Amino acid sequence: MSSYNLTHLAQLEHEAIFIMREVAAQFERPALLFSGGKDSIVMVKLAQKAFWPAKFPFPLVHIDTGHNFPETIAFRDQLVAETKSRLIVRYVADSIKAGRAVEEKGPNPSRNSLQTVTLVDTIEELKYDACLGGARRDEEKARAKERIFSARDEFGQWDPKNQRPELWNLFNGRKHVGENFRVFPLSNWTEMDVWQYIAREQLAIPSIYFSHDREVVNRNGVLLAKSPWITLLPGEKYEQKRVRFRTVGDATCTGSVLSTASTLAEIIQEVASARQTERGTRADDKRSDTAMEDRKKKGYF
Amino acid sequence: MSDSSSPAHSDQHYLSMDLLRFTTAGRVDDGKSTLIGRLLYDSKAIFEDQLEAIERATEQRGEETLNLSLLTDGLRAEREQGITIDVAYRYFATPRRKFIVADTPGHIQYTRNMVTGASTANLAIVLVDARKGVIEQTCRHSFIASLLRIPHLVVAINKMDLVNWSEARYNEIVAQFSEFASRLEIPDIKFIPISALHGDNVVDKSAKSPWYQGGALLYTLETVYIGSDHNHIDARFPVQTVIRPNNDTHHDFRGFAGRVAGGVFKPGDEIVAQPSGLTSRITALHGPEGQLTEAFSPMSVVMTLADEIDISRGDMIVKANNPPHVTQDIEAMLCWFSEKKLQPGGKYLVRHTTREAKCVLKAVRFKVNINTLHKVEGDLDLGMNDIGRVQLRTAVPLLCDSYQRNRATGSFILVDEFTNATVAAGMIL
Repeated sequence: MSSYNLTHLAQLEHEAIFIMREVAAQFERPALLFSGGKDSIVMVKLAQKAFWPAKFPFPLVHIDTGHNFPETIAFRDQLVAETKSRLIVRYVADSIKAGRAVEEKGPNPSRNSLQTVTLVDTIEELKYDACLGGARRDEEKARAKERIFSARDEFGQWDPKNQRPELWNLFNGRKHVGENFRVFPLSNWTEMDVWQYIAREQLAIPSIYFSHDREVVNRNGVLLAKSPWITLLPGEKYEQKRVRFRTVGDATCTGSVLSTASTLAEIIQEVASARQTERGTRADDKRSDTAMEDRKKKGYF
Repeated sequence: MSDSSSPAHSDQHYLSMDLLRFTTAGRVDDGKSTLIGRLLYDSKAIFEDQLEAIERATEQRGEETLNLSLLTDGLRAEREQGITIDVAYRYFATPRRKFIVADTPGHIQYTRNMVTGASTANLAIVLVDARKGVIEQTCRHSFIASLLRIPHLVVAINKMDLVNWSEARYNEIVAQFSEFASRLEIPDIKFIPISALHGDNVVDKSAKSPWYQGGALLYTLETVYIGSDHNHIDARFPVQTVIRPNNDTHHDFRGFAGRVAGGVFKPGDEIVAQPSGLTSRITALHGPEGQLTEAFSPMSVVMTLADEIDISRGDMIVKANNPPHVTQDIEAMLCWFSEKKLQPGGKYLVRHTTREAKCVLKAVRFKVNINTLHKVEGDLDLGMNDIGRVQLRTAVPLLCDSYQRNRATGSFILVDEFTNATVAAGMIL
């Protein structure tokens, strides 16, 4: 008898595809939240596989803070063209202009938490009832407790104490009018799984994930890239370093790491020996011990 | 810890690693957090910044020893109250396997959380304090593992250092547990004497227990055979959605997408669509990596058929000689999750595979005392965290097997029609 075993990556892939199809079957207006980062690139690939040979039945939605690395935006547009998918972009800057959000003060005002306003407005405007996201449970301890089908109230808020139990592969996506879901097909993936999958599938990723020379400033241990949105504090200066990014978020809050890894194989080696989590480079999570939970309760991704 | 990379991730080794999901349950003081912390730390799944964060938090709380539960207790309310509210999922890998740990709290909401964690697990670790032996909680955890048909159970007899690594004490607990377990249905039970605090028999075999012939806990987790945990006998394919591209290259393509819930399907197989009873033949199976010569559980595939027959979400593709039960009358064990008690005669929605139907709860047959496994006489009230046997009548037939035969086609949840909350989990008898 042949052995009916699947590798861990194959099991994760089959699970994620099942979840995406459940979303298409249970909801009327789903969308895939796309940031241009590695997790959302994996999500797009899985969506293609889940509905092949049809196109995946939802648009990509990018909540643009305006603080992106230009490489990420170029990559996004190329991916959209190649996959012939529909892209919808909404800008945090527009929310600020409309007076719905207020720019932070300080030397590196982050628009990270302002994204919530734009995101919730976008969901309302376009009447999305389920937003697929690439968040993983290994990223952060509040995420470790979030359901794969995460019910949000009409304000997009997450209530960690009142989550629906999630058993077997039975996902309960029932909701009242105005409520919506965030769905996380990569919940059980780790950073390593994502990299291994990118390597297995030979997926293209933005160049900033690979080692390159860049001017950075060391702020509280986070190596922030030089950008128009960062003001140097007294005593700070930009230095040329060989770096890469482990996550891709806003330039104002995503730090780089010193690295010479210039191929996927080298990145996998580096991730395997890393002694810091990838979110260790995120200034947005360093704001407090429960920063992620607090943002999610307000409607964050 | 050395800085060298683990062999788990070199040389494309990951293309041959498999996956074990296990669950642990217990109280704060039985060493569960310490055990998980050790497995994570020794397999390098805890990073420096996480360790520093919990060191800081431990200090702020004025505690002396590193509080590893802070790794998993991430929510504000949990940290404030020092309790675990919910199932937390943790991940680690060794060169042989990737592990997903469903860490469930033992005190509040224990049944609901344990049942949730157990529903997807291949293996359960039950911790026993060597000083206390088999207590009520041990029985409760083992019963839930048995009820949820977790095929492998590891009884980790912890704090062996506090009983001087006494072989006699170990044997006494093994005998105690074995007597109790004779009433359970768990095919594979292993006993391991450990000290989670000092790491004995956790990752490496300890010199302190020369009388113990088995392997260390991690070795057991790495080598337990899980290839037969899925049903590969009864072919079951619940249809999730129909894929119709309507584009030029695939003009007439009509594929049925779903996850194989049992058995093996091959191109050329004669199939029957349930509940219609219409027959056809499989022309092709498409998986995430292209065309397949066979599909088995838990693969997500798209199936194309030789004939245009009417099949939609909620239907099931099976083989002619091996049909599922097609029935509107369901006998099941039910775990109740809601603060609002079960209403006899009440109407709920049942979600079973990809099918949703209205149902009425006809009767509660009996309620189980989950500590003793005895029936509770004269009490048919199912409230939060209660388990009992019930009878349901569904509005349309379910296509099901007994949970004992197939976890995927024998399980269901009940949803409250008005609040949309998931109020119960059921296992078909």
